[in-house]
Amino acid sequence: MGMKQSLHNLKEKYKGKKMAPAFNAFHTFLYTPNETTHSGSHVRAADDLKRTMNTVIMALVPVLLFGIFNAGYQHFHAIAEAQGTAQAFSWDLFLTWDNFWTGAIKVLPLLIVSYGVGLGVEFLFAVIKGHEVEEGYLVTGMLVPLIVPIDIPLWMLAVAVVFGVVIGKEVFGGTGMNILNPALTIRAFLFFAYPTWMTGDKVWVHGAVERAGTPDAISGETVLGYLAQNKDVGSIYSWMDYFIGNIPGSVGETSAMLILLGGLFLIFSKIGSWRIMLSGVLGTIAMGLIFNGVVDAGWITESSKFYGLMSFSWWQHLLVGGIAFGIVYMATDPVTAAQTNKGKWIYGFLIGFISIMIRVFNPAFPEGVFLAILLMNVFAPTIDHYVVQGNVKKRMKRLKNIAKAPEKKEVNVETV
Amino acid sequence: MGLLTKKDQALILDPLADNNPITIQVLGICSALAITAELKASIVMGISVLFVLGVGNVVISLIRNIIPSKIRIIVQLVVVATLVIIVDQVLKAFAYELSKTLAVFVGLIITNCIIMGRFEAFALGNGPWKSFLDGIGNSLGYAVILIIVGFFRELLGSGTLLGFQVLGDPVAKTGLYALGYENNGFMVLSPMALIVVGIIIWVQRSRNKDLIED
Repeated sequence: MGMKQSLHNLKEKYKGKKMAPAFNAFHTFLYTPNETTHSGSHVRAADDLKRTMNTVIMALVPVLLFGIFNAGYQHFHAIAEAQGTAQAFSWDLFLTWDNFWTGAIKVLPLLIVSYGVGLGVEFLFAVIKGHEVEEGYLVTGMLVPLIVPIDIPLWMLAVAVVFGVVIGKEVFGGTGMNILNPALTIRAFLFFAYPTWMTGDKVWVHGAVERAGTPDAISGETVLGYLAQNKDVGSIYSWMDYFIGNIPGSVGETSAMLILLGGLFLIFSKIGSWRIMLSGVLGTIAMGLIFNGVVDAGWITESSKFYGLMSFSWWQHLLVGGIAFGIVYMATDPVTAAQTNKGKWIYGFLIGFISIMIRVFNPAFPEGVFLAILLMNVFAPTIDHYVVQGNVKKRMKRLKNIAKAPEKKEVNVETV
Repeated sequence: MGLLTKKDQALILDPLADNNPITIQVLGICSALAITAELKASIVMGISVLFVLGVGNVVISLIRNIIPSKIRIIVQLVVVATLVIIVDQVLKAFAYELSKTLAVFVGLIITNCIIMGRFEAFALGNGPWKSFLDGIGNSLGYAVILIIVGFFRELLGSGTLLGFQVLGDPVAKTGLYALGYENNGFMVLSPMALIVVGIIIWVQRSRNKDLIED
């Protein structure tokens, strides 16, 4: 008897009991059930919620693998730098087993804790509510390890995941009902609860925290961190480094190249909204150009504390920090984003715009992408409301015009 | 409780649970969010409101038949303001540090919806004894929530209770901190107070389904 059959039998055995949703979820997660629908008409298609989620996870796998290599690479690179033996970046130095193992033993526990705790909470709520288990956590669980610093203590992550899933999602009624993106709720919780582990120049490279204050101390400063201190970052990294992603940062956010690939994959599989991604990029560029313009016009001097970030060229803003990751994987979350097409343009644009604004102006939040997306999550229903109202008004006006001109026989009614 | 009839008991006990001013009527949220980062401040705030509402209800009830209804709000305000100033002065005289923590929120007891709400809804239509019990009951209901919220926020946010380091010393890394535990900075911020109040409301309503409104 195969696994599929035994799961099916378990499901039948526990039908109507409290544990039924758990078996049901495992069964449909691993296999396509043999049962057929008995009444009504149904769309028979393979792209249910689980397949949608799996597509996003596929788009995230390259980013995760890169994050693992990068975690190891940054660790060894920082040590070499402290000893004065650092070499320039090359793929031979990057794709090594040493890097992989060092990264894997740090990143995989994050992944396991994220999924273990998160799915545990989901199963618990499914059993309490007597609902089916919802698939929403499959993507969240993958996103969470990618948006936290490498050395975050696992118990903190566990606490944050419980908070994010319960307060961010379950209290609103579970997957599909949440106002805020759960993964970002988890990050926001970590950020405000344990700021010493989420900010600063230590947490972004494995080993920097425990080595701090010893002779072996290494730096874990990010590009944005250097810029905020008005340091010349061009002498340390080139834009190619930002693009490839061999810079310190949260586990999965650094490689603009792979995020771009993931974004294209999401667009071509029609899972992620290209409108949100494109308008997010446009918003980022717009704000970046404004700041560059201010610098070019000479309105601020080099001694200004904003000079470093404001003079950072507009297109490089897209490559560093979490903006690319946020726009591709977070802003496009179909539950919390705007639903109307026009709304998506506004929503995405403001995410990019506000992210860079927070990034430049608020030294306490060197990376404001998660705050910008959470803020726009809150405003998404409002945006949709006004887009829909605007549409209604336009149609009412057209209706009035038609009523005024009855002699015209044929009216082309467009669908809007 | 030989002193109290069944109805009188209900006046005190109802606001403690199923008619709680914070979790059911959702009044007085403002101060519940602002001053509950420390347990001590919560307790003092609870006592202050207990005094103001207990005495205020009696005063309003005594003069309820001679207050012209057109200016009753102003009269009520004068009564609350007088009592609040007494509380403020007493705190400043005997607990100066604490009065600095509570800062403007002692003065803002005047605007606490619970107080004006009880004056309007109860003291204006009932005798002094009943009004007194009602005032005590409602302010106790308020204080209970404040103390619960303050307890969790201080314990998880600062690792202390009433100023004592119950979880160990975070600097010297003793107790829980030796295991890598850290205080949750989010607990000290006001948004977390809202979430804690929300969780209390959640627990209360899932225990008593009658409280759930559609």
